[in-house]
Amino acid sequence: MDARVDQAPAIEDVAIETRNLNLWYGTFQALFDVDLDIRRGMITSLIGPSGCGKSTFLRSINRINERLGYVTTEGTINVLGNDVYRASVNLTQLRKHVGMVFQRPNPLPLSIRDNIIFSYKLHAQDRNRLHRSEQDEIVETALRQVLLWDTVKDRLDNSATQLSLEEQQKLCIARLLPVQPSVLLMDEPCSALDPAGTNAVEELIWELRENYTILIVTHNMAQARRASEECIFMLLGKVVEHSRTDEMFVTPAQKETADYIEGRYG
Amino acid sequence: MADSMFKATQQNVSDEHRDFLVQLLFFGMTVLLIIPVIIILCMLMWKGGPAISWEFLFSEPTNGMTAGGIFPALVGTVWLVTVALLVSVPLGVAAALYLSEYAPDNWLTRFINLAIINLAGVPSIVHALFGVGAFVLFFEFGTSILAASLTLAIMTLPVVIVATRESLQAVPLAFREACWNMGATRWQTIRRVVLPNAVSGILTGVILEVSRTTGETAPIMFTGAAFFLPFLPESVFDQTMALSLHLFVVATQVPNVPEHLPYGVALVLIGMVLLMNALSIGLRMYLRGQKKW
Ligand SMILES: Nc1ncnc2c1ncn2[C@@H]1O[C@H](COP(=O)(O)OP(=O)(O)O)[C@@H](O)[C@H]1O
Ligand SMILES: [Mg+2]
Repeated sequence: MDARVDQAPAIEDVAIETRNLNLWYGTFQALFDVDLDIRRGMITSLIGPSGCGKSTFLRSINRINERLGYVTTEGTINVLGNDVYRASVNLTQLRKHVGMVFQRPNPLPLSIRDNIIFSYKLHAQDRNRLHRSEQDEIVETALRQVLLWDTVKDRLDNSATQLSLEEQQKLCIARLLPVQPSVLLMDEPCSALDPAGTNAVEELIWELRENYTILIVTHNMAQARRASEECIFMLLGKVVEHSRTDEMFVTPAQKETADYIEGRYG
Repeated sequence: MADSMFKATQQNVSDEHRDFLVQLLFFGMTVLLIIPVIIILCMLMWKGGPAISWEFLFSEPTNGMTAGGIFPALVGTVWLVTVALLVSVPLGVAAALYLSEYAPDNWLTRFINLAIINLAGVPSIVHALFGVGAFVLFFEFGTSILAASLTLAIMTLPVVIVATRESLQAVPLAFREACWNMGATRWQTIRRVVLPNAVSGILTGVILEVSRTTGETAPIMFTGAAFFLPFLPESVFDQTMALSLHLFVVATQVPNVPEHLPYGVALVLIGMVLLMNALSIGLRMYLRGQKKW
């Protein structure tokens, strides 16, 4: 273990720590020396123009990028002090602790109830002895946490794909919660929603921040400003600036950040 | 009143005229295509209809196959097709699952895919020769239902694989990604999400395949089907009669067969095929209704 990790405060405060993270798609380098300490128990937003590597960064944290087969990753990523690229890491366990929400809501083609219970069942130690009443409780708790219980409680057996987009996105967040993840990665979770849906989901994310570390990619400056405590600005695969959100938006340290925030990059 | 600004120009009129002519042409071709099918069906019903009776369906051929029924052939066809399916469906679905869900996208996989597509085009008489060489002689199954069904199975495998793979690939990638991101293994993803959504397509493919297999003659002729064998098979190691071969025999090989007899056999054969196609369409409609997206 290297010296930095031994410093107690770092482990306590940092949920995701990356060092010299470089990533290539084939020969195309998408991330350059990304060094970040994403703090625990708060919302960090990740902003930057399209194609700067925001999704790539998120997808390397839960290692879903590897499925492509032509991705090379160098450097380290520690989630709560654990190196996610260590050989002994089990991907199922990693993805249990690090949940992901996508740009387009992607509920499974199952009932609302089965969507919630899906990941719980995947990770349950004794999944065959899961009683119906226990399941009902898990489903209700999760749906209450995302403020969806009252709207869907009478149609839990209906297909999840018939819900409105806003409801689908809330469901996609809810289905991660029963396995008690530590980190939630959200890749532009509101960009497929109308303004009302955006508000609702944004509020929900704000509610969740006490219990989870949330890293959220957004294109919406107002959203980043309103809804996050820290903010990271990326450009062309590099981290340009990482600071408290209010500081970044009032007194950005870098010229590029200022240009982007003021809309000069599009 | 002046002409409206929306009035048709000369060009518009002639374009629409042409559009109409093209439609007429395509309609004519469609009719041309359907007419032979209708004629065949009508002729079969007209000439073979009088032959059909309970007795015809459920009794044995007599008088050197110039009278009596087709029961052994009917039962034999059911045996052949069932055993062939029992082999080709599990094998084909497993192969398709591997190719579509597990195999890396490299030259070997692409080569295998190409080989499978080409295999679907191999003439059935070639499969028959392979069946004789492999199952009858090499594995020493003799001429038997087993050898004939295995030959049919090999012949249908590529189509089962292709149909299954296409149904699997019709399931949106987003569902798989959602599962993987929750930590599901590929098998968990397949079993809980991919297969349930692909099963209607797979079944349709399989049933269409069954209807094709039912009519095949060449692959079973040398491997397990008998000209005349008025007993019902008792195990897969027996020979059996089969409808398709029986039709060939009574239509061309036996003298003094009354005309309605081969037409009757053909009608039963076509009836079975149509029944299975109808079943396939019904099943697909039912399963589509069940789909949750
Ligand atoms: N699967 C992939 N294969 C190859 N290149 C990719 C892939 N995904 C993303 N990229 C490239 O990596 C860069 C970063 O993409 P991405 O992380 O999606 O950006 P962002 O989410 O910030 O818009 C882009 O130049 C993009 O073209
Ligand atoms: Mg993106």
